[in-house]
Amino acid sequence: MFNWLSKIVAFYVEGFKSMRLGKKLWAIVFIKLFVLFAIVKVLFFPNLLKENFRNDEERSGYILDQLTHTDISIPNKGEKNGTH
Amino acid sequence: MEHIDALTDWSRAQFALTALYHWVFVPLTLGLTFIVAIMETIYVKTGDEWWKKTTQFWMGLLAINFAIGLATGIIMEFEFGTNWSNYSWIVGDIFGAPLAIEGIMAFFMESTFFAVMFFGWNRVSKKFHLLSTWLVAIGSNLSALWILVANGWMQHPVGMTFNPDTARNEMADFWAVLFNPNAYSKFLHTISSGYVLASLFVIGISSWYLLKRRDIKFAKRSIVVAASFGLLTSLFMLTTGDDSAHRVALNQPMKLAAMEGLYKGEDRASIVAFGVLTPDKKPGDEKETFLFSFEIPYALSFLGYHKVDAFVPGVDDLLFGNEKLGIMSVAQKIERGKEAVTALKRYKEAKKANDMPAAEAARKVFEANSEYMGYGYLKKPEEAVPNVPMTFYAFHTMVGLGTLFIALFFMILYAAMTNTLEKRRWLLWGGVISIPLGYLAQELGWITAEVGRQPWAIQDMLPVGMATSNMASSNVMITFWLFAILFTALLIAEVKIMTKQISMGPEGGHHV
Repeated sequence: MFNWLSKIVAFYVEGFKSMRLGKKLWAIVFIKLFVLFAIVKVLFFPNLLKENFRNDEERSGYILDQLTHTDISIPNKGEKNGTH
Repeated sequence: MEHIDALTDWSRAQFALTALYHWVFVPLTLGLTFIVAIMETIYVKTGDEWWKKTTQFWMGLLAINFAIGLATGIIMEFEFGTNWSNYSWIVGDIFGAPLAIEGIMAFFMESTFFAVMFFGWNRVSKKFHLLSTWLVAIGSNLSALWILVANGWMQHPVGMTFNPDTARNEMADFWAVLFNPNAYSKFLHTISSGYVLASLFVIGISSWYLLKRRDIKFAKRSIVVAASFGLLTSLFMLTTGDDSAHRVALNQPMKLAAMEGLYKGEDRASIVAFGVLTPDKKPGDEKETFLFSFEIPYALSFLGYHKVDAFVPGVDDLLFGNEKLGIMSVAQKIERGKEAVTALKRYKEAKKANDMPAAEAARKVFEANSEYMGYGYLKKPEEAVPNVPMTFYAFHTMVGLGTLFIALFFMILYAAMTNTLEKRRWLLWGGVISIPLGYLAQELGWITAEVGRQPWAIQDMLPVGMATSNMASSNVMITFWLFAILFTALLIAEVKIMTKQISMGPEGGHHV
């Protein structure tokens, strides 16, 4: 078991060590992930429903309000506004 | 109201920007993984070290594309939570499962088989390495399946029920969602277009080597593999495109009408192979649709409905209704939609007051009209019509380019098999130019699919205006520009690193 594990670890370690272009690519990947998760996500992209409501019941209620608080007036049944 | 329109516009623009940039990276990965797998298979079969070198070079470019494109799609998930929180909540159960599967599959595949593919040369057996390369190709494509299942559901929602207590769609039938005809036709068309793009990419770069009279053997071999793969997959793409159009005809007739610039429906409808739309044409007016056009008789009826005499409804039929053919007008649908929304409101209030008989009565009215719920949020019927010129030109340019690519693959393959490639420099230049054209066709495909289905975030159920979060449009505007800068920087990095690798050639630049 340990033999297998150490072989897998060595595989990755040697693989990373022998990279040339890959080192630059990994640097880009890490910088990008840092920018995305530590800056963009934290500063600009809060999960509005998760952060503003305590539970799913409150979230449902809020969305139902959004879906139903519209200026809706049902025209008379006979009217077909816009039809030709 | 202006605030809501601006918010919706900026949110849409931001999502479009993110999706279009993300799609610069994805299709090349989908296709190039298969091309390197084919090349490596030839290497393992023949034992010829040239093929190993060839495989490694293209694998290097795949690594660059993969690394730069990695996580660009995650931004869309950020946007769901912030800009599109109403939408995210309403679709939650439908989107959650496919995206979770995608995330898990991508993680396991990328952390294991990608590593073997890139680190494993000379460390694992040839056969195990080859297996890993194939698994990366298959896994990358399967990973795309799940997001396209989610997109297919938005275009044609099936296998779910809307729960008025939770305001969410709940999965009623996972298999109906997975085998949604829109989803699998979209999946097959999308991945096959990725194969075509990757083939053009390999042909274009190899053509450049031939034009520079360097790495001749490598370039010719690469061209034979890419042109064969490209020809086969582009023919497959043609059939999947036909199926996609058929699905659009059945489930999104307004989108089909916009794609074809068809205002007045007709039996035995022609397809417009080429045409220029009358610029100020509006639904319901009597102006000619086209300034000029070249049409193929019966083709639209046949391709859309697989019958030469089928009636294809136009924008006017769908907007104003056609009693004779039983097509309901958008105004009638708006009326039904408003009844659904009002019933939902009554249901919510009755439940709050614990008046169960009233709640039950409201629920019945809601269920009878819920099919048209989304229309209840439209301010006027014309809002149900997408941008016809944008959809029409995007679709026709994409189809034109797709046809050109099939011809290019055929000619390049013929020239390669007759060993006349180097003599036909115009064809080699055609190969080089086809790289940006391939990317253009990719983006136009998504513009057709997404602009053509407006105003819907979920077809007939939720218009984009109702799908956005209640937030300041200036916030979205700031992040739009932030992403524009970030993505452009990534794209410049990709092009710069790739061109350096390409100029080093297969002899110098293949080590990842």
